[in-house]
Amino acid sequence: MTAAHWTDRGWVRIAAPAALGVAALALWEVGVRALEIQPYLLPAPSAILAQLQAAIAGVAQAALATGRNALVGLLLGAVVAVVVAALAARVRWLDQVVAPLVAAIAVVPIVALAPVLQTMYGATSEMPRIIVVAIASFVPVFITTLRGLRQVRPVHRDLMRAYGASGWQATRMVTMPGAVPFVFAGLTIASSVAVISAIVAEYFGGLQNGLGSRIASAAAQSGYARAWAYVVAAIALGLIFYTVTLLLERLASRWARIPVG
Amino acid sequence: MSAVEVADVTKVFETKAGRAASTVRALDAVSLTVAEGEFVALIGPSGCGKSTLMRLIADLDEPSAGEVRVFGMPARQARLERAYGIAFQQSGLLPWRTVRANVELPLQLHGASAADRRARADELIELVGLAEFADRHPDQLSGGMQQRVAIARALAEHPRLLLMDEPFGALDEMTRERLQGELLRIRAETGAAVVFVTHSIPEAVFLADRVVVMSPRPGRITDVVEVERAPVASAADDAVRETDAFFRSVSAVREALHGRQGATPRAAPRGAEAR
Repeated sequence: MTAAHWTDRGWVRIAAPAALGVAALALWEVGVRALEIQPYLLPAPSAILAQLQAAIAGVAQAALATGRNALVGLLLGAVVAVVVAALAARVRWLDQVVAPLVAAIAVVPIVALAPVLQTMYGATSEMPRIIVVAIASFVPVFITTLRGLRQVRPVHRDLMRAYGASGWQATRMVTMPGAVPFVFAGLTIASSVAVISAIVAEYFGGLQNGLGSRIASAAAQSGYARAWAYVVAAIALGLIFYTVTLLLERLASRWARIPVG
Repeated sequence: MSAVEVADVTKVFETKAGRAASTVRALDAVSLTVAEGEFVALIGPSGCGKSTLMRLIADLDEPSAGEVRVFGMPARQARLERAYGIAFQQSGLLPWRTVRANVELPLQLHGASAADRRARADELIELVGLAEFADRHPDQLSGGMQQRVAIARALAEHPRLLLMDEPFGALDEMTRERLQGELLRIRAETGAAVVFVTHSIPEAVFLADRVVVMSPRPGRITDVVEVERAPVASAADDAVRETDAFFRSVSAVREALHGRQGATPRAAPRGAEAR
């Protein structure tokens, strides 16, 4: 038996990136102090941490507000994407109508829609942000789901025909379960996109309750370390979304990952 | 009544190579009869139409001309009445279903109750010797085991006809020989007729009562070799592979396969005669 590579051990896989992160932070701290870098260029990690501790309640509240928009928008976009993809996979003319539209949506800088929607819904509504997130999340989920639904292997198609299965039976038993990993691949991408677009959409006015608006206003008031504290919260929020989606993916497609025992 | 009756069947495929559309005659006026309970192997080089012929019997494709009847019914009706079980070179198991759920699939599609499904699936899983793997997923099984699950699934509805398209083609030689023995045992227990596509001469001779030899461009039946059976304890016995009768049949099939490509074609191959 050959020894496993040292990077394959469980604790190394956690400890190694953690050590790298700590080292980078230490280098950052030392660098800022030694070179006397001004806070408006780059505040020291210790200053950011102090701000984070001081304003933890406000940071958490802002993260919650942004997180809520991101979650609602993500779910909305993903559900619509799966339904439309399922229809497009079955109805040829619908596919031909939808495909160019999705291509157009994919290239539109969606956050740029935020000011337009802001005027439509008024400055006190969360709807513009939710819609921006939903549109941004829709695209990756739609594309991967449609691909997954088209991925039916010829042998499975033959098998369903041999059994005289109805179109709906074939969809339910073969096509949809086979597309699940593809849906989650799209969701994994969409989860980060959702958080990013929720934050950026806040830069265009409206309610001042989320991470994006706090980052903007802290920076405008020269509270650079405070702005960075909100950025840290934004990173954490993005990671939470991403990890949860990954976990859900693992749960939904256990069969595809079970190691040969 | 015969299990399969193929009468004067021609299958032409339209292919688009670049801009020019051309046609390929995959099968040219092929006739074949398989008796109930008979084991027939289809053998020939690639492109000879042996898989196409099996697909026409299964009604996975439709003939361009001629007629296919299965147990006296048109192929389409036979398919809808689940007259046959089928297995392919790829096991075609659904990876998100356990072994048991995969075997249950045809029963589930045809509305059997959960209890009946389970009872039948367990019986079949036992038959193919995978009882302890019933709750595993296909990815956890070896290729040979996956193929055994596929065979169990093909047997789910007590078919009197089994259609098999190179089911052991992707397996190693040892697994292959073991599964061949198992297939003969299962076939003896069920009494089903079998149409078995293969490109292995020893496999065809070991399994089949009759070996149908085909040639490509256009796909035709060139010869039919009746397999000599040596008197051994059981047909599934590996000792069969060592008998003179086995070797004689292997030679006969080989000559039928290669003889045609020699300078002088055989005077009157049986397939041609039949036309």
